[in-house]
Amino acid sequence: MKAKIEEANQEAVSRIQRAKPTLVDVSTAGEAIPGMKKNMILHAGPPVTWERMCGPMRGAVIGGMILEGFARNMQEAEALAASGKVLFDSCHHHSSVGPMAGVVTWSMPVWVLENKTFGNRAYCTLNEGLGKVLRYGAFSEEVIARLRWMAEDLAPALKKALLRHGAIDMKSLIAQALQMGDEGHNRNRAGTSLFIREIAPDLVMLDESREKIAKILTFIHGNDHFFLNLTMPTCKCTVDAAASIEGCSVVTTMARNGTEFGIRVSGLGDQWFTGPAGMVEGLYLPGFSAKDAAPDIGDSVITETAGIGGFAMAAAPAIVKFVGGSARDAVRYTQQMYEITVAENDTYQIPTLDFRGTPTGIDLLKVVETGILPAINTGIAHKEPGIGMVGAGLVHPPENCFHDALEAFAEKYGK
Amino acid sequence: MDVKKIRELFSKELVVINMGLESFADNLRKEDVKVLPMDWKPPAGGNKRLIALLEKLGR
Amino acid sequence: MKKILVRKNAYYDSVFLMLATKALKQRPGIKEAVVAMGTEVNLGLLKEIGLFSGETESAKPNDLVIAIEGETEEAVEEACRIAEEALKKRSHGGGGEKEEYRPVSLEGALKIIPEANLVVISVPGMYAAREARRALNKGLHVMLFSDHVSVEEEVELKETAVERGLLMMGPDCGTAILNGKPLCFANVVRRGPIGLVAASGSGLQEVSCCIDRMGGGISQAIGTGGRDLQDQRVRGRMMLMGIEALKHDPETRVIVVISKPPAEELAAKVLSKLEDTGKPCVVHFLGPKALGRRGSVRFSGNMEEAAAMAVALSRGEEYHRSCLSLSEAEASRVAEAEVNRMASEQRYVRGLFAGGTLAIEAMVLFEEEGFKILSNVRKEPGRVLKSPHRSEGHAIVDLGDDVFTLGRPHPMIDPSLREERIAKEAADPETALLLLDVVLGYGAHEDPCGALAESVSKAKGQVAGRGGYLSIIASITGTEKDFQNMAEQKKKLESAGCLVMPSNYQASVLALHVMRKVASKWM
Repeated sequence: MKAKIEEANQEAVSRIQRAKPTLVDVSTAGEAIPGMKKNMILHAGPPVTWERMCGPMRGAVIGGMILEGFARNMQEAEALAASGKVLFDSCHHHSSVGPMAGVVTWSMPVWVLENKTFGNRAYCTLNEGLGKVLRYGAFSEEVIARLRWMAEDLAPALKKALLRHGAIDMKSLIAQALQMGDEGHNRNRAGTSLFIREIAPDLVMLDESREKIAKILTFIHGNDHFFLNLTMPTCKCTVDAAASIEGCSVVTTMARNGTEFGIRVSGLGDQWFTGPAGMVEGLYLPGFSAKDAAPDIGDSVITETAGIGGFAMAAAPAIVKFVGGSARDAVRYTQQMYEITVAENDTYQIPTLDFRGTPTGIDLLKVVETGILPAINTGIAHKEPGIGMVGAGLVHPPENCFHDALEAFAEKYGK
Repeated sequence: MDVKKIRELFSKELVVINMGLESFADNLRKEDVKVLPMDWKPPAGGNKRLIALLEKLGR
Repeated sequence: MKKILVRKNAYYDSVFLMLATKALKQRPGIKEAVVAMGTEVNLGLLKEIGLFSGETESAKPNDLVIAIEGETEEAVEEACRIAEEALKKRSHGGGGEKEEYRPVSLEGALKIIPEANLVVISVPGMYAAREARRALNKGLHVMLFSDHVSVEEEVELKETAVERGLLMMGPDCGTAILNGKPLCFANVVRRGPIGLVAASGSGLQEVSCCIDRMGGGISQAIGTGGRDLQDQRVRGRMMLMGIEALKHDPETRVIVVISKPPAEELAAKVLSKLEDTGKPCVVHFLGPKALGRRGSVRFSGNMEEAAAMAVALSRGEEYHRSCLSLSEAEASRVAEAEVNRMASEQRYVRGLFAGGTLAIEAMVLFEEEGFKILSNVRKEPGRVLKSPHRSEGHAIVDLGDDVFTLGRPHPMIDPSLREERIAKEAADPETALLLLDVVLGYGAHEDPCGALAESVSKAKGQVAGRGGYLSIIASITGTEKDFQNMAEQKKKLESAGCLVMPSNYQASVLALHVMRKVASKWM
């Protein structure tokens, strides 16, 4: 049995390494996302009911309903949400990922990523910016207005620019970003810069006013995390190709909805194993502290699942102060991750570790055996909807997810 | 009884992985032996049920 | 005043924990202290002594529990602070920025040094076989220091090892010297052409040190673990493999085998294998002498003799009975002087040993001379000490036995066990002579004779105070290259009035002189 599992894991990792995640289009959720419905609202993390949703996610859902015109205000939105007339589902069930609350509604623009090697696609909304935004649960007029601008101006321009430019090889961009101090989850400044460099000439050449293009470039420039909404679906379509391999113990999904943390294992198909969402340990922006923090939330942990983010911590000196204070700490976390992964990435490399490839392919069995849980670099949301990010730091999944998954795995494959 | 690998060991330098009491690694270092001390802890946090499950899977 | 702390996911090894516990207990104002992992056994123990809390109820085996009971709050707080400091210093090996990463798993370790060729395993017995198996499956040689591994597991491991052509030294293998490097409890010994295969740690140490003292040297010293030749199911697999390896080792010109006597069939196999090597061999099966030769195989009567024979053979010479450092006449004189000051009730020898094989050697020599010796390592009726903690008649005690070391560090690491016993024997008016072994080298205490000398002085003083005289004889197993500084160690003991001999055999011979005089004095 051990040999079979090893073989299956090697296959999974091989598929991950051979992925060619490519930005091919900008579309809308309704047009592009498989299984999407007009009255469907997708959210981050494993499935969760309206009743159990945390503050920020509820706020985002309310905002999404107002955006789509299902409700005019919070009260109507809440009533509708509780009525059952709106369908809630995990982004992950629709080849999608969403940061923080991760709410996706019919009309929202989405990036379209295609894994050229295997043909599978993944989707993600465009990043709105920092502070009072939908993904942190804000739903004020300002938020809605911005979302509309993104749908009406930003996305169509980017779509045309991309068409002009041609598909973008995301692996190459991310590999470069990792060598410029990014890790792809909590630090995306280099990636955002590289993206602007890539797309700017094509935006400029569009038949649009200078003011419009300037506003777009300024918008992207002002949001260091713009690139996050590209790294996430890149990682999603990379890892999805390794899903549902018989006998494979590689973790192909990690995600949180603010209430629960969930994982899925390749050899166990679509089954979620969940545990209580944890509290992030880190540093807070002035004026905020641990008592303001929401539990861990978002699909952005798909980056760690694919071998970047916290798994490339040693590549991001800026992250260092959030995880203990010394470069040594960041390196140590990355070194620990090598113990729970199957392979070293052949494209994403870490300069300070002599360009060693990032730890790739989380092995469920190794996680349980060593007791080392995946290290996740993440932002901290305020627990009240609509206030925004209050800090950043380090979090681990609840270990029971892995224990439960092991039970199921041994049940299915043990002799 | 093939002792080729033991002869190989005798003809090369010892490169040791130390699993357990740290003093053994310290002493080897004093003798200029290349040694990697491990931070060993019981598998699966000592949880017998989990260890049994892992063994069912060949680990 | 009690305080109990639980640190989640903080694993520390047993020796460190025991020493930490001991250090805390010794602090002023502390009544009880336990620093231990949250295993079922330990939690039960804590409950029994009344040191538990809600937190300990949910503690897991990988969680650390610090439980302290003291007279005042200050004492308890101070003790806690000291404990936490020691743990902090320990948790990253004390190193700073330059400290290398310590992997948690063997696979993780191999990613860092794929060129590794040997794994030294000293983890708790219940996990040891699993780790050894995985190391063998990765093509690594194994030294398994851990004990409490089942025979079934040992057989499985050794079968795998033989199949793969790897060394599987152990379980319960405390000593080896490979490529001139001392492993675990071992001494720094000159390199040379004598190869050893030993089923006994202290035996290997004694013989290798004697070889060094006589100017000879060791090529390789392979440990097999205590059960290898003793349990029929293990069938001497590693002994035979070790001999085969030395047969093909060009650096080895003489082979020495040290073990308790195996069953006849197995002994025959070993001897036949040795003859087959074509190299001169010396066999020491501890026990009543079986001197003589069998082809190229010679038998020695004691461990020092085994060393002397091997050294002679390595020089192409024939062995002549080695000189004792004391002639018969001198020994007799010394013994006389010792006995003259004794009180009439003093009539018994008490051997207190840290090395199991050294204890057996002493036992054998005394029994050959007609003394009836009781011990904690005998099973024959009439030879067993009723309680291992209380000597009766002539007694030789192996203080390294499980009954003494459960929850305490081995006497080679921590002298306090033996110190306590010396005091007990000194309090017994029938004790005439104490016979001790001191083992130096890596793994052993940094100043065994320092602690022992104090005990010796106190004991002698106590007996002198009663109008008698306590004779104390010790041997030191070590070389002048060992870090404890053998010459100084010897001086410390001698200054306390202890007679120090260069080998366990010679110490036992001198002890016999003393006891014969004691016996005849009171005829």
